[in-house]
Amino acid sequence: MNSVANTLADPTPGGDALPAKLRIKNLKFFYGATLALKGIDLNLYDKHVTAFIGPSGCGKSTLLRVLNRMYDLYPNQRAEGQVLLDGDNLLDPRLDINLLRARVGMVFQKPTPFPMTIYENIAFGIRLYEKLPKSEMDGRVETALKGAALWNEVKDKLHTSGLGLSGGQQQRLCIARTVAIKPEVILFDEPCSALDPISTAKVEELIDELSATYTIAIVTHNMQQAARVSDYTAFMYLGELIEFGPTNAIFTSPKNQRTQEYITGRFG
Amino acid sequence: MDAKYARRRHTNTVAMTLCWGAALFGISWLAFILVALLWNGVAGLNIAVFTEVTPGPGSTGGGLLNAIVGSLIMTTIGVAIGTPIGMLAGTYMAEYGRYAKLTKVVRFINDILLSAPSIIIGLFIYEAVVVPLGHFSALAGSLALAVIVIPVVVRTTEDMLLLVPNTLREASIALGMPRAYMIMRVAYSAARAGIVTGVLLAIARASGETAPLLFTALSSPFLSLDLGKEMANLPVIINNFAGSPYENWRQLAWTGALLITLAVLTLSVGARVLTRQGAQK
Repeated sequence: MNSVANTLADPTPGGDALPAKLRIKNLKFFYGATLALKGIDLNLYDKHVTAFIGPSGCGKSTLLRVLNRMYDLYPNQRAEGQVLLDGDNLLDPRLDINLLRARVGMVFQKPTPFPMTIYENIAFGIRLYEKLPKSEMDGRVETALKGAALWNEVKDKLHTSGLGLSGGQQQRLCIARTVAIKPEVILFDEPCSALDPISTAKVEELIDELSATYTIAIVTHNMQQAARVSDYTAFMYLGELIEFGPTNAIFTSPKNQRTQEYITGRFG
Repeated sequence: MDAKYARRRHTNTVAMTLCWGAALFGISWLAFILVALLWNGVAGLNIAVFTEVTPGPGSTGGGLLNAIVGSLIMTTIGVAIGTPIGMLAGTYMAEYGRYAKLTKVVRFINDILLSAPSIIIGLFIYEAVVVPLGHFSALAGSLALAVIVIPVVVRTTEDMLLLVPNTLREASIALGMPRAYMIMRVAYSAARAGIVTGVLLAIARASGETAPLLFTALSSPFLSLDLGKEMANLPVIINNFAGSPYENWRQLAWTGALLITLAVLTLSVGARVLTRQGAQK
């Protein structure tokens, strides 16, 4: 706990206090009786990319799934503590969970296009919140696809099934779908682990562009990826946050022994 | 090594021969029944079958109009009642109550219902509907068929929804989609082919059942559209006519059996085509 407190005390060595979009305070998470997150304290800074790294089972995906209350779908899973999105506690049961999820979008490990056309995949989410005339909707779909660097590849087949695209294209379609409803935070749960290197590069480039507008959290098993895309990195181990700080500091001069061992490939 | 390999080949040949033999034995009886049905059924196939009602005892000619219409009406109503109930129950089990105890209980009871002898369903509706009303009716027949349809639709709806990957549900929920909306727009659309197949199979099952109708709709020599009265239907007419001493009755029974078989075959093939299309998507 001490090491965590120390690293958190000064997350930005320059001393610049960045505005935090999400404040996670003493977050505990239970799968039944098993404690999977043992009191996490962490801030996600506005319009920055934070990467979560750590060996399998360390709780990084669990943490991500708390941030949009995805765990609500399953019985026997519960969270304690506070997660404040601009001051609103996400864990408050009175909070409208659908509106929360509109503010906190998520992109998954496996591309999950809906069984509908490419156009519908995007328009579908927009229609949940806005009633737009056809021409305006066309514009929104185009903007979203352009935002996900997919427009040029699909503009001639918008009305064919989204399932006909390649894996990398499907993943960018999912990103477009998430961006289309204008969230504030986007969570990426190992978004490239099912993709080939070229698709991975495209998605990483995209994450970089998106960080100008959105607050981003990304879970990844690939440390080079964390180093490439993120501004801040959090290293987790056995349900605890071991070290958090600017990415280049974590990768060049980690303060904690275990962080160093992990990033140099000695365990995990 | 060679001797060992030769023995393995030999064992393989014996096993293959047994498999082929068993398959041929099974299929040949099925083929025998189908050929006999076609041969005897087609012989009686003419316009009168579709335009005249069932003949009285000792009269000549006649058709199956009243039975065909009756079967269509009762099957339609039975499916119309059973499908929504079955789909809603299956949806509860796969989506809302996936981890609930109630789901396990319902699934267990549904499986029993699925394999319950249909005569028991007939007797149940007889006691529950026919006795209180004091007479047989097409409505009671429809209800009996609905009870046949429900467990088939519950089972396929649940199974098909369980095949929809959870990642798709999570992706929908992550967009802030309310759960009911996710089920209707995403889960159903991913499971559509399978659910339609289940409904078609339920129709096929219901349209061939005799026992549930014997105690409920009975039969009628007239063309009737009144749900409150007895109504003719193909399975019961076949049952009554097949063992009769009249040549024209027995012929009509063959033809009726052929019509049901063709209808069920068409539905099954349709179901298969749909499933395959669903798998290709």
